[in-house]
Amino acid sequence: MELVNPGIGLIIWTAITFIIVLLLLRKFAWNPIMEGLRQREDFIDESIRAAENAKAEMANLRAENERLLDEARAERERIIREANVAAKNLIEEAKGEAQKQAQRQLDEARIAINTEKQAALADVKRQVAQLSLEIAEKLLRRELSNESAQKALVQDYVSNLNVQ
Amino acid sequence: MKVSETAQYLCKVLKISLLVVLLLGLNTAKVSAASSEGEPFSAGDMILHHISDAHEWHFWDGPYGTLYLPVILYSQDRGLEAFMSSRFYNDNHELVSYNGYQINHGHIERVGGGDVLDLSITKNVASMLLSAVLMLIIFSSIASRYKKGAVSAPKGLQSFLEPIIVFIRDDIARPNIGHKYRRFMPFLLTLFFFIWINNILGLLPGAANVTGNIAVTLVLAAIVFIITTFSGTKEYWGHIFNTPGVPWWLKTVLPIMPIVEFIGIFTKPFSLMVRLFANITAGHIIILSLFSLIFIFQSVAVSPISVAFATFMYFLELFVALLQAYIFTLLAAMYFGGAVEEHHHEEHEKVEEAQVDKALV
Repeated sequence: MELVNPGIGLIIWTAITFIIVLLLLRKFAWNPIMEGLRQREDFIDESIRAAENAKAEMANLRAENERLLDEARAERERIIREANVAAKNLIEEAKGEAQKQAQRQLDEARIAINTEKQAALADVKRQVAQLSLEIAEKLLRRELSNESAQKALVQDYVSNLNVQ
Repeated sequence: MKVSETAQYLCKVLKISLLVVLLLGLNTAKVSAASSEGEPFSAGDMILHHISDAHEWHFWDGPYGTLYLPVILYSQDRGLEAFMSSRFYNDNHELVSYNGYQINHGHIERVGGGDVLDLSITKNVASMLLSAVLMLIIFSSIASRYKKGAVSAPKGLQSFLEPIIVFIRDDIARPNIGHKYRRFMPFLLTLFFFIWINNILGLLPGAANVTGNIAVTLVLAAIVFIITTFSGTKEYWGHIFNTPGVPWWLKTVLPIMPIVEFIGIFTKPFSLMVRLFANITAGHIIILSLFSLIFIFQSVAVSPISVAFATFMYFLELFVALLQAYIFTLLAAMYFGGAVEEHHHEEHEKVEEAQVDKALV
């Protein structure tokens, strides 16, 4: 059968053609194409990985920011609280100090007043004694200016002594 | 809407043409085979003539309808001879002998008998060279896009061919060969596109039947056989001559397994050869047979049916053209995969592969 009887000429030409095409295409087409494909695939892989990384980093950054913000907030709270406490303490202290001061002044004033009072009383006593003496002298001088009065007085004293 | 309108229109056209053809056929038809005057039409001869190789490229009858191709002959006593095949035809396009040679059923013989080696650029060779040039132009133009900016989106023809190249790499080579696929890629790609382009060129009217010629498929299968044999590892040969998991007496006393495995080395590429040849040739025969019906019945009335079936077959053949290229490449990849398969020495293998890759580049 002619159909399944391969011709030598065609075998040789096919072999030559195919091998030349194979060698030429390998050098000028397949190797550059495979290399180009590989590079592009690597590039795409890398880009996707980079995008993933960027996303993760972004999330990290956001979390970090959030954390920092929280910390700042807490710090603020703490500072305000401390300031409040400090202010209260200061006020308390000032109040105490003022009270003490006032007490001290009051005490001092009281002591001064007492001293002044004692002095004044002593003075008054002395003046009263003086006045009494003067009055008594004046009275006596007027009362005992006549003989009968002197006698009456002596009488009186003597009678009083008798009663006793 | 549009589809149904078109369908209705087509139906109308079909009815009218059928009527016309029937009338014509009934009244006037006595179609005779155009080329052979006097001789009765023989479908077998016509088909065989169309699917076999020739020393000229015949497009149509009459002047300038035939492209005469160069004839190259070699014989021991006369050495190398080259002349145009037009020398074998006289002015009336009848075969004559020239310089002691004559064409007998498409083959060049010496008139008195004797050995001659026919190295002519036949129709198949010319068509194959054309496909080779086409491949070189197409793929080197694409390759320049990869060389320039490696990282750019595919464009034009590149975006059509790149998925196919990637498919061959990712779905044919990688799964069947494994991590050593890289060194077989140029061959597999060339093989696939060579078969596909020649299959498609063969479907053009008046074109050569390159991949439906057993000499071509023989060479392709032989190259697959050679590559498989020479890249066979110790495990591959061990698997053939000392098949694991087989009782010892089947390998020594009654060596059936080694014999079967050894025959298998040859039957695999042989099946490749026959499969491609038979599929493509069968497709051509079917289409030509359908057209022959017109001449066998000697009536134009058969032509609508012939054309309808032939159109269907043409679409099928377009698919077969791709399918056979795929199958040939896939099986070649599987045979290579079997040859380079290794289960041990992972580290050693990687180093070796790197060295081979470097050597290939």
